[in-house]
Amino acid sequence: MNRFSYTKTHTLEEAIHEVIPNDGTKFIAGGTNLIDLMRANIERPDHLIDITHLDLHQIEETEQGGLRLGALAKNSDTAYHELVQKRYPLLAKAILAGASPQLRNMATNGGNLLQRTRCYYFYDTATPCNKRIPGQGCSAIHGYNRIHAILGTSDYCIATHPSDMCVALAALDAIVNVKGREGERTIAFNDFHRLPDDAAHIDSTLRQGELITSIELPAKGFEKHYQYVKVRDRRSYAFALVSVAAALNLDGDSIAEARIALGGVAHKPWRDVEAETFLQGKVAEPENFEKAAEMILKEAKGYKYNMFKIELAKRAIVRALTEARDLQTPEPLNCYTYNRHHQL
Amino acid sequence: MENIAEIKQPGIAQGQQPASEGQLLPVQLNINGKNYLLHLEPWTSLLDALREYLDLTGTKKGCDHGQCGACTILADGKRINSCLTLAVMYDGIPLTTIEGVAEGDTLHPLQQAFIDHDAFQCGYCTPGQICSAIGMMKEGRAQSSNDIHELMSGNLCRCGAYSNIHDAIEQVMEENINPEKK
Repeated sequence: MNRFSYTKTHTLEEAIHEVIPNDGTKFIAGGTNLIDLMRANIERPDHLIDITHLDLHQIEETEQGGLRLGALAKNSDTAYHELVQKRYPLLAKAILAGASPQLRNMATNGGNLLQRTRCYYFYDTATPCNKRIPGQGCSAIHGYNRIHAILGTSDYCIATHPSDMCVALAALDAIVNVKGREGERTIAFNDFHRLPDDAAHIDSTLRQGELITSIELPAKGFEKHYQYVKVRDRRSYAFALVSVAAALNLDGDSIAEARIALGGVAHKPWRDVEAETFLQGKVAEPENFEKAAEMILKEAKGYKYNMFKIELAKRAIVRALTEARDLQTPEPLNCYTYNRHHQL
Repeated sequence: MENIAEIKQPGIAQGQQPASEGQLLPVQLNINGKNYLLHLEPWTSLLDALREYLDLTGTKKGCDHGQCGACTILADGKRINSCLTLAVMYDGIPLTTIEGVAEGDTLHPLQQAFIDHDAFQCGYCTPGQICSAIGMMKEGRAQSSNDIHELMSGNLCRCGAYSNIHDAIEQVMEENINPEKK
């Protein structure tokens, strides 16, 4: 790990004004990805600002009937929050599909959005990578690219965004509130992460020195018909090969509204509004789900080792939509607490 | 604050210069009910602070990468990977390591259950497994045998003692619900 200086900050204003744009200063909160990247010499900040004491931990209802998730609320606290479980179970399920309980206890909501790809060439400083050093070339395109993207790739980068949480946030049309020296702004979730194009080193539209303050969910939670399907190499604690967040509003047999977002297939959570619009008014049946899946994967491009993802994604979409349609609203989570007679 | 043991880094205690110009930050760590005042370089991980500067070597370094769970400890009662965080960020936050789970000579029920079930071979992952299981029980989200598998997935055991680890944890959870089973 490189040497750096460290300060703890207690107010948002102080945090924002301590950052000098482009000088290698980074914010740290959960740190689960940043510390790992620093240890691998991929991130080399000169200065870390510890923001864990800022007042951004709340999860609260908005005036518009939605829910505001504080940027510093932990992933575990968010997934198990009563209102998230009740009104946005798709989000809860997606968060709990990711990482391990220890990591979810550390990782914050803001940090989840900013985690970087797990492309092994990005992590391996002995190989060229445009995301690490722009212009170096991409080792994955002609390398072992089994976990890589099939949609929205460029000649510069075929990395995927690793988050599960973000796939659900994309499907739910969340917005990201950020604050910087120039003031506050709001970024639609679909505009937050970007495609690699010819600047693969830039993951998101967050500007240098800006801080995520919260993520806002609109009132509509699709709590009756949702599913998060995550296909991976082992049943738990692995990144997605393909994941699908599906949400439906049904009007009898037909679809009033559909949302579909994919993870593990692109540089950002992948939404296809055209396919969602196609489903609107159609009967909620596998035949239509298959057509939507074909539309979403129409432009997909496989590489030597990840061709399987195209068919896998189609099947995962059909399964997620079918299971979302058939979902019997589950009983509220009945968690019995084991009486701990042995106190720590 | 009577209870503070001041510990300096070995190199610095001997009057040597720190390895770099980096700042040394005072950090008060509260571990297993005891306070320690250390002066640490900011890049010292919480795991290294425990092992290298406090001789609390019960917490293990496996992958140093957040993937194996051998470094699991409890911070404010919640299980975390101590390798993926900086010691300076845990100033004043109560920490529990494997050294602090027994009460005197009485083992924590999970420690006893691990022995009874032969829930380890080499034992390297065991402190992390036990701290993780304590954290899981406190969270109260595990409702079934499958839940235990899922919610313990952050702890790897390269010896493959999983089935006995699972049984040890399940037994303690059952005893907690129904003390007659003991």
